[in-house]
Amino acid sequence: MTAFQDSTVAAPAEPPARPVPAEPAPARWTRLRGPAVFTAVAVLMLVVAPLALEPFRLGLLAKYLCYAIVALGIGLTWGQGGMLTLGQGVFFGLGGYAMGMYLKLHDAGGDLPDFMVWSGVDHLPALWRPFGNPVFALAMVVVLPVAVALLLGVLVFRQRVRGAYFAILTQALAAALVILLVGQQGLTGGTNGLTNFFDFFGNDVAADGTQRGLYVLVAAVLGVLYLGARQLVRSRFGRLLLAIRDGEDRVRFLGYDPAAVKTVTFAISAGMAGIAGALFVPVVGIISPALLGVVPSLELVVGVAVGGRYALAGAVLGAVVMGYAKTYFSEELPEAWLYLQGALFILVMTLAPKGLTGLAVTLWRSVTRRRAAA
Amino acid sequence: MEGVLNQLPIGLSIGAVLLLIALGLTFTFGQMGVINMAHGEFIMAGAYTAYLLQSVGFLIALPAAFGVAGVMGLVLERLLIRHFYGRPLDTLLLTWGVSLVLQQAARDLFGAPNVQVVSPTWLRGGVGILPYNRLFIMALAVLSVVAIWAYLHRTGQGRRMRAVMQNRRLAATSGINTGRVDQVTFFIGSGLAGIAGVALTLIGPVGPTLGTYYIVDAFLVVVAGGLGQLKGAVLAALGLGLLNSYAEFWSDASLAKVIVFVAIIGFLQLRPQGLFVLRSRALS
Repeated sequence: MTAFQDSTVAAPAEPPARPVPAEPAPARWTRLRGPAVFTAVAVLMLVVAPLALEPFRLGLLAKYLCYAIVALGIGLTWGQGGMLTLGQGVFFGLGGYAMGMYLKLHDAGGDLPDFMVWSGVDHLPALWRPFGNPVFALAMVVVLPVAVALLLGVLVFRQRVRGAYFAILTQALAAALVILLVGQQGLTGGTNGLTNFFDFFGNDVAADGTQRGLYVLVAAVLGVLYLGARQLVRSRFGRLLLAIRDGEDRVRFLGYDPAAVKTVTFAISAGMAGIAGALFVPVVGIISPALLGVVPSLELVVGVAVGGRYALAGAVLGAVVMGYAKTYFSEELPEAWLYLQGALFILVMTLAPKGLTGLAVTLWRSVTRRRAAA
Repeated sequence: MEGVLNQLPIGLSIGAVLLLIALGLTFTFGQMGVINMAHGEFIMAGAYTAYLLQSVGFLIALPAAFGVAGVMGLVLERLLIRHFYGRPLDTLLLTWGVSLVLQQAARDLFGAPNVQVVSPTWLRGGVGILPYNRLFIMALAVLSVVAIWAYLHRTGQGRRMRAVMQNRRLAATSGINTGRVDQVTFFIGSGLAGIAGVALTLIGPVGPTLGTYYIVDAFLVVVAGGLGQLKGAVLAALGLGLLNSYAEFWSDASLAKVIVFVAIIGFLQLRPQGLFVLRSRALS
């Protein structure tokens, strides 16, 4: 299946974890650069942004950071593992609906949630009952997406279904879930989804203070997950994942089980998307089918591609940049947004397949090389 | 019982439309490794061609839509896709960008609301449970398959296409101009999507996002049927069309897609590469 291999895959521009002795020891600055940048960004996001931004802008940023958490997972599966997943919206949605169901039941305080009354449902469906328990609901935020991803991964990767086939299947799953959610109006709120939340664990969800706190929570979760993903990529497991991306059959012939590695990675990214969905619900105040179908799932992948799929930071950056671009252009030039998005995408794929971070690395290298030559 | 029978022409005609769409996909995918998400917009272009030509005549719309969609495919191949051969996942994302642009272009040209194409009078009515319009769609698909088969197996250009699909390098070494073959394949495949668009105007309204409803299912046909397999595509398209309509009939519309998805995953457990060789019983 050589036709399925991505011929452009180059090693991501990260320094090797343990330098080969023959190379000169890296300067202290080079070694500290990563942590220094991370700390600076963390301070900026966790301290400066909440103080400097007005509540509306902070809310938007929190929303983009939710998308960035999903993008981090896409960076893992697609950038590192070569599995293009076009259905992350499914896992985002599962997490979001799990959280939304709990919040709805909590707000209703023993009665039926409002939309069920409107749909003519007379008693609480059995599916909803356990979600009244916050511990169960929070557990489901991660358990549901991971379980679905594990099941799909086992069924698909074991059979060596990969590449474009996998992408098409994940896309079909997203399409199917949306139709299911829209159709089961009494159970899911239909097209409107779940909305009108009031209370988030004892706080008024609309209050500025709550939103500020939620922002900090989202940013902190993103930071922790980023560090975890980075650690994973640098581990033995991550090396194996990279090897599978570049030559799955060779890895198999070496005695490893690529299907297991791919399934676990896919499940991790699904869990991340689930967490992102659960955080998205109180931040934005809604979860609906329109937020998790084929198009939003693809938009997330677009963000990752624009930011740079081979670096985890690129994925995060791309999601935030695309989020801002979408908000800005759909406010200022609503007709032009689809043209711009399409054109941007065509340009990135043709001219800079490694995205913004790829461009930045190329620039940085040419600058340092010139400096070294001088 | 009558309901079960009524479902049959619906399922078969949806299968026929899926087949027309999937034929182009399976050959561009099988031959060039290109996943063309903009294929759905070629359907839409074909449907709007029928809309524009409805005063001229419905039958004229068929070759016109074939030409319009085919040329669009050819331009896309020449301008963008040929730089991406061997990178299927990248073509998927690239062509998605193209499809966004085309959808917005349709919105600007024809307006966002759906438009209705008036079916010609000779396609109204039907015999027994078989409405003429659905019969016509099935006939269209049968004719297209026969034409494609004859092209592949009875013409020199078709033989070259099969050669490139089976072994591109060997074909090139044997003196076949593979770039030219790619262009022809893209033209024919996109043109068939245009014809599918005309067929769709007989059973529903036309809108800028018409293609997006069918593209995912058409890709599933490719996955289930096997790459570049005419027989596989035919069987998978019919199977998927029937499964879709009967799943909607026996459960409800919202569950049907989930049932189809589960069925495809289950089917891939038996045949991970799709049908590939002709064994029709594997599907049922």
